[in-house]
Amino acid sequence: MKILVCVKQVPDTNEVKIDPVKGTLIREGVPSILNPDDANALEAALAIKDNDPNVKVSVLTMGPPQATEMLRECLSMGADDAYLLSDRAFGGADTWSTSNTLAAGIRKIGDLDIIFAGRQAIDGDTAQVGPQTAQRLNIPVVTYVQNVELAGDKVIVQRQMEDGYELIEVKTPCLLTAVKELNEPRYMSIYNIVDACSKEITVWGHEDIKLSPENCGLKASPTQVFRSFTPPTKGKGEMLTGTTAEVSKSLISKLKGLHVI
Amino acid sequence: MAVKVIVEKCKGCSICVNSCPFSAIEMENKIAVIGDACTGCGVCVDECPFDAIEKIEEAVKKDLSAYKGVWVFAEQREGKLMPVVIELLGEAKKLATEIGTDVSAVLCGDKVDDLTQELFAYGADKVYFADHPELKNYRTDAYTKVIQEAINQYKPEIILLGATHIGRDLGPCLAVRCDTGLTADCTKLEIDPEDKKIRQTRPAFGGNLMATIICPNHRPQMSTVRPGVMDKAEYVAGREGVAIRLDVSFGDDEIRTKIIKIVKQAGELASLTDAEFIVSGGMGLGNQEGFELLKKLADKLGGTIGSSRACVDSGWIDHSYQVGQTGTTVKPKIYFACGISGAIQHLAGMQSSDYIIAINKNENAPIFEVADYGIVGDLYEVIPAILEAL
Repeated sequence: MKILVCVKQVPDTNEVKIDPVKGTLIREGVPSILNPDDANALEAALAIKDNDPNVKVSVLTMGPPQATEMLRECLSMGADDAYLLSDRAFGGADTWSTSNTLAAGIRKIGDLDIIFAGRQAIDGDTAQVGPQTAQRLNIPVVTYVQNVELAGDKVIVQRQMEDGYELIEVKTPCLLTAVKELNEPRYMSIYNIVDACSKEITVWGHEDIKLSPENCGLKASPTQVFRSFTPPTKGKGEMLTGTTAEVSKSLISKLKGLHVI
Repeated sequence: MAVKVIVEKCKGCSICVNSCPFSAIEMENKIAVIGDACTGCGVCVDECPFDAIEKIEEAVKKDLSAYKGVWVFAEQREGKLMPVVIELLGEAKKLATEIGTDVSAVLCGDKVDDLTQELFAYGADKVYFADHPELKNYRTDAYTKVIQEAINQYKPEIILLGATHIGRDLGPCLAVRCDTGLTADCTKLEIDPEDKKIRQTRPAFGGNLMATIICPNHRPQMSTVRPGVMDKAEYVAGREGVAIRLDVSFGDDEIRTKIIKIVKQAGELASLTDAEFIVSGGMGLGNQEGFELLKKLADKLGGTIGSSRACVDSGWIDHSYQVGQTGTTVKPKIYFACGISGAIQHLAGMQSSDYIIAINKNENAPIFEVADYGIVGDLYEVIPAILEAL
């Protein structure tokens, strides 16, 4: 069985700071991490491999050359091999272009049983690339997967809903997107870290995956950023001071005065 | 991007037919013909050994002016419209008025005819509806096929979907199938007064940045919209509209997933988005039992409790209570933030509450920057005092 996991290197948005003067993101010094949902996707694949040594787990990403660091992390967690789609032509891609590029890479890798991806990446939060890649490969997709069980040439998954879940049967090959409830990602192992350093990471540009520059990156993206800005914050209100009893009474009388309670 | 076969160069080898991910190419008289299912992905252009397929500019392929009207995906579950549909209809009406066009709803389900009346009452001028046993519950393949066909036939210029677990699955699939862009989780939509195109604003980088996205050269322009953000449409009893039935048929194996069962668990989400009062707790609670105190206040006000992400990650409370960027967006009359420091991801989900009351031991907590009223103190003393004062 061959499993592919689509991963993304993202800035840790918990560490992102805003330049108070320019109102722009300060990217410097912000650590790059393996996208959290993608770590769950990789764990799901590795858990299947734990039970069956014949399973091969590959990881695939699109990104700049420094994404190899994250791919080595994936190898250190236990992935067998790694592919990086890296080309200046891929830059500035929206989800249309990203899914087109990933799909081209996946076609070249070929012959896969399950493709896992994270539900969404924390820098964009779109949750679009997984299902869109599946559409381009014309394979079934289940998003928001919180449990996976293999059943022959089928997979039985729990699809998380807002108020519970759906138990869904899907035939392989298929693409599944993982939520964090799916599992607890493992740490890198010392044995694998040593191994990962010596492994070759396959790097492909647009020609390698037979994708013309017009069909990837910014050029092919239907959506464009018109402008970006820091969110306006609601102005600071009134701090209530006094004893606990005083501030509580004062709060209630103010709210009553505003006719909200 | 679109593609065209150069008839003189085509040798009829069928490589493109086999390479097309969307089964959009057929051979007719040994010449490749690109069908309606083409998404312009360009796989065939690169695969053709004779350079007989070329890309043509979008403007040539799609006449943008042929796309008219604002559509809302009328998501139903168990025969009931999702609350976000009413919000989308309210927003669609505003957009349609500015463009000078009408509002339609597209509805899929099994025996959902009576929902059309409800959609008219909430402002839909037309309802395109697909009624079929296979459409009873949402499944990606079935809904994508039916709605894609409707889009190709009736050509809306804008489509709004709720950013629910269903809308966020359907939207991306439709966008690729219709060869267009999609903007996820929008919190604000506007029409450009000059060219009447939509401007879609959404949070990015965990709410640290807002981005306004446009989709200038592709149609339809598609957005998913966060539930709880837009104002609900007004209900006008007896309002009438036009119902248009969509043809539905499915081939064998065309729907590639099977729902074995549907399990309901939390069921609190609806009350969180609809709640007028939310008493929310963060790590300042110290332990999960703290939510019991918050519940007392919530019960007294007739509201519900909420939570920061940290408490959910600590396993103190179910994810369905989480307010924020990766949880639920809320805008109650009053939002009590108790022991919540106010990370930007949390603020993104509650900032538009009418009144925010922050209770925190740390007077420098960022939550006070957005609070209408701030109380520095121990929530275990302040909340009982508030309960007494009520």
